[in-house]
Amino acid sequence: MKDPLGRPPALLLIPAALATALLVVPLAAMVVATDWAGLPEQLRSEPLRQALWLSLTTATTAALVCLVLGLPLAWVLARLDFRFRGVLRALVVVPLVLPPVVAGVALRTTFGRRGLLGEPILEVTGFSFPFTTWGVVLSHVFVSLPFVVIAVEGAFRASGREYDAAAATLGASRWTTFRRVTVPLALPGIIAGAVLGWARALGEFGATITFNGNYPGTTQVMPNLIYVTRQSDQEAALALSLVMLVVSVGVLLALRDRWLGGI
Amino acid sequence: MPRRWRTGVLLVLLLIAPGLVACGGDEEETLQVLAAASLTEAYTALARDYEFDHPGVEVELQFGSSTDLAETLADDAPGDVLATADERSMQIAVDAGVTASEPQVFALNELVIVTARGNPDRIRSLEDLDGVDWVRCADDVPCGRVALTLLDAAEVTAEPVSLEVDVKATLEKVASGEADAGLVYASDAVSASSAVDSVPIEGSAAVPAVYYVAPLAQAADTELAEAWIALVGSAAGDVALNNAGFTSR
Repeated sequence: MKDPLGRPPALLLIPAALATALLVVPLAAMVVATDWAGLPEQLRSEPLRQALWLSLTTATTAALVCLVLGLPLAWVLARLDFRFRGVLRALVVVPLVLPPVVAGVALRTTFGRRGLLGEPILEVTGFSFPFTTWGVVLSHVFVSLPFVVIAVEGAFRASGREYDAAAATLGASRWTTFRRVTVPLALPGIIAGAVLGWARALGEFGATITFNGNYPGTTQVMPNLIYVTRQSDQEAALALSLVMLVVSVGVLLALRDRWLGGI
Repeated sequence: MPRRWRTGVLLVLLLIAPGLVACGGDEEETLQVLAAASLTEAYTALARDYEFDHPGVEVELQFGSSTDLAETLADDAPGDVLATADERSMQIAVDAGVTASEPQVFALNELVIVTARGNPDRIRSLEDLDGVDWVRCADDVPCGRVALTLLDAAEVTAEPVSLEVDVKATLEKVASGEADAGLVYASDAVSASSAVDSVPIEGSAAVPAVYYVAPLAQAADTELAEAWIALVGSAAGDVALNNAGFTSR
């Protein structure tokens, strides 16, 4: 089949192949290095099941929270004109570039037992986030929200303001327009954003371990379990990593067929 | 030059500049010491002594989990001396054939309970952990194994709120006030004495963490590596180790 635009230049194809190799080879190496005979035993272990379940539930909860909070923020960034929009967007993106450990420290400074908000919350309600599953969800939301907001903002912008304008001329209020026009048009992008946030939450490690600690069943998510296991048993850590890989790839593929043209 | 380009060139320069500076003629010899994180204070003090005794030699300290350090060495990471907080990690290095001679024991470290300053929960022994939010190292890391032994011996059934990945993380949870108490090494309690109080644990001297040091086969200058090990075992080494909360050998 001849491309009417001509042959693709090697200057593009070679780096593209390198990029693919860089991403795929380490994962393949991990699959090859795994002790397959010992895998079934690993899969039956109680800590693994607990950690996997906790990872999936906290990541999903975090993704939902990200949608509830992120969708409105993305709309504000995409549809409202105001003076400090650039500043607001920059602030929203900051957690993207923060090392996760810093995110954990920041969360503790805010929500820890002696934190800015954590201390009054503890005094009034007797509840504190550290060492609880809600704390895990909180750190997941903190690191995932920027991904969701930026992705959804892009989707809102791409779907175009004209449809909003058309809805307004037909008498729709701004809320109705948001509900019936803006969101449905941007839906694929919104779902892609939510999945991106979910994936980020699933892999989250640094903030969780700094802010929430590590206890089986309450705060020990998969990355924590893998990290701790690695200290004593490399083989087991590899097997756990493989489980994580299979689950993440599986979920992404399952969603891809249905929802995510773009991923 | 268009503005966009200028910014790009500037960025690239910024990125490579540190590399260029580092390449500049630096004739000093360096001794690279890889050590367990708990040795941070003691080894930093000893590095100053060493540099004073060996003009022209710069000691480069790298601290981390003993297991991690031993494993990176087994994967051909550079280094002249390895000091670990347990025998098991040193064995990884020995098995990989990266050590130059028999590892030596140079320090012991006992587990203690740390609490917030002033010990507000009046914790006097392991039994008092019942009812407070306390933390310890995970079962798989050396400080966790020692903690388990002591807890079993004292028949303590209180569960921690978190199993931390290493002893510094455990200490930090108490120092920051997130946990009421934690089980850490005496040296860690000393390093954070401005933020925590330390309570001795009965019987913990019987199950100390044993610290090993060994020169590495790849050391560029074997004499420099041996001199470090001699310094660690000397009277000055004892002082530095004792000041940092260790029991010297």
